[in-house]
Amino acid sequence: MTQLALVIDLNVCVGCHACVTSCKQWNTSGAAGPLVDDNPYGADPSGTFFNRVQTFEVGEFPNTQTVHFPKSCLHCEDPPCVPVCPTGASYKRASDGIVLVDYDKCIGCKYCAWACPYGARELDEERKVMSKCTLCVDRIESTTLPVAERRPACVMACPTNARLFGDVHDPASEVSVAIRERAGYALMPEWNTRPANHYLPRRRTEGKVHAEDLQRTDNPLKVDGQQPAALPHGPGREDFAT
Amino acid sequence: MNPAWSVILLTTLVGAAQGLFLMLYGAELAGYAGSGGTGPGFFALGGVIAFVLGVAALGASFFHLGRPERAWRAAAMWRTSWLSREVIVLPAFLAGTFFWAVGHWTGAAWTQPLGAATVIAALALYLCTAMIYASIRFIQEWASAWTIVNYTLIGLASGATLAAALAGARAPALVPAFAALALGLTVLATATRAVALVRNARLAPRSTLQTAIGIRHPQIRQRAMGFMGGSFNTREFFHGRGPGTLRWVRWVMLAAGFAFPAALLALVLAAEGRAVTNQWLLALALMVQGGGLLAERWYFFAQARHPQNLYYQAVS
Repeated sequence: MTQLALVIDLNVCVGCHACVTSCKQWNTSGAAGPLVDDNPYGADPSGTFFNRVQTFEVGEFPNTQTVHFPKSCLHCEDPPCVPVCPTGASYKRASDGIVLVDYDKCIGCKYCAWACPYGARELDEERKVMSKCTLCVDRIESTTLPVAERRPACVMACPTNARLFGDVHDPASEVSVAIRERAGYALMPEWNTRPANHYLPRRRTEGKVHAEDLQRTDNPLKVDGQQPAALPHGPGREDFAT
Repeated sequence: MNPAWSVILLTTLVGAAQGLFLMLYGAELAGYAGSGGTGPGFFALGGVIAFVLGVAALGASFFHLGRPERAWRAAAMWRTSWLSREVIVLPAFLAGTFFWAVGHWTGAAWTQPLGAATVIAALALYLCTAMIYASIRFIQEWASAWTIVNYTLIGLASGATLAAALAGARAPALVPAFAALALGLTVLATATRAVALVRNARLAPRSTLQTAIGIRHPQIRQRAMGFMGGSFNTREFFHGRGPGTLRWVRWVMLAAGFAFPAALLALVLAAEGRAVTNQWLLALALMVQGGGLLAERWYFFAQARHPQNLYYQAVS
């Protein structure tokens, strides 16, 4: 069984919001009609977005980390939003596990949004139906786009490659390997929704500087025949490389 | 959650309609129908009032829908959705109540079996309405059997008060029984609602900022939710009022929804026989309790803390 999903690398996300704008651009231009932009240039703008980048500060100054956190529908394997839908408009596709809304069946009762702990669904105030991330189903199933572009718009837009897309049920896929080898995790595991989207944690990157590396005996200056004075502690760790 | 008036009116009014019908049917079984004390048409009138209340509740529910013209589709998923089940049971209850009233108006012999079927629909409707909320496992204030108990008892209590007020105006012989039932149910509902309040006050949220973004660090603060305007997420899931308002509404609900009508009902029972006074006391009890129970339902929604709010703590 296929389960398409996004894997988001928090270690390299720089919080540029390119995934947000590209998502909005692609999905507002689709066959389902525009995503509302209410009062876009006024004092209190509002609108429908499928994807957001949020920013969290972890730790206490000065020992803080800024974590940029993209959030969209997690395409849960046990989606709580689906069984509550009274009309069957909210459904999970058996073929690839994408959770979708049939906009022609939705009555806009908002019950599915109440039943989503992640706040991944937004009622479109113009179309009056529930809307959500489709994993750009109209891109990945397209027969006219070049094969390389049959991926979600957010994945195409990410400048740091923080968004991986693939089948998390295929153990050999890029996303499965990333989850396995880099401790990919799911959000709010306490509710057993089993999100298909995973997040890759920040990684500690340490540079270790040894005192003897700061001065080298095989200094490039010797090319000019100007040998520096001998070091007081003898050759360092990275000498003898040449 | 941000309480929606459509849903507050729906659940409050239909709960009272079910309660009223159940009280009337109980009186019919007890042999009051057609006896001298009730006067002609009392049961038909009561049935019609229950029906009208239910229709008003159904009408209010349409205002909660973005696409009300498609509401008929909501009966489709009764296998999995409590909302869908409610959509089926509510019209069944309304139809049963309507024809039960017609039966009493025309003096038909089949009101008792039809009423029995409508009783099942009324009780099932309490379950369906409450389970819509109780089945959302991560809204911890709702995910409890007390939600079902309270929806049922509050509906029964308000229906009994309505039945007593109606009897005060049209069938004085039924006042003692209905007023006693209303008092007993109101006291019982006070107790169970208080238990739910205490339970909810002690709840520790299972979802935290740590589980929401998956970072195990005791100190996490949101610095930006990703946008500076509003969105569905900032409007739908928080009532936007301070804790002072919630405390104030809680006292209104406890006083007007439970304590004051209970006192009035006790007064009516103590002053048994003074029909004129009791008629107005019961009408007052009904109006006060109606307002108080609207506050109760507002509080029920406002008190629920949706975990998605963890993601929307700071604009920037």
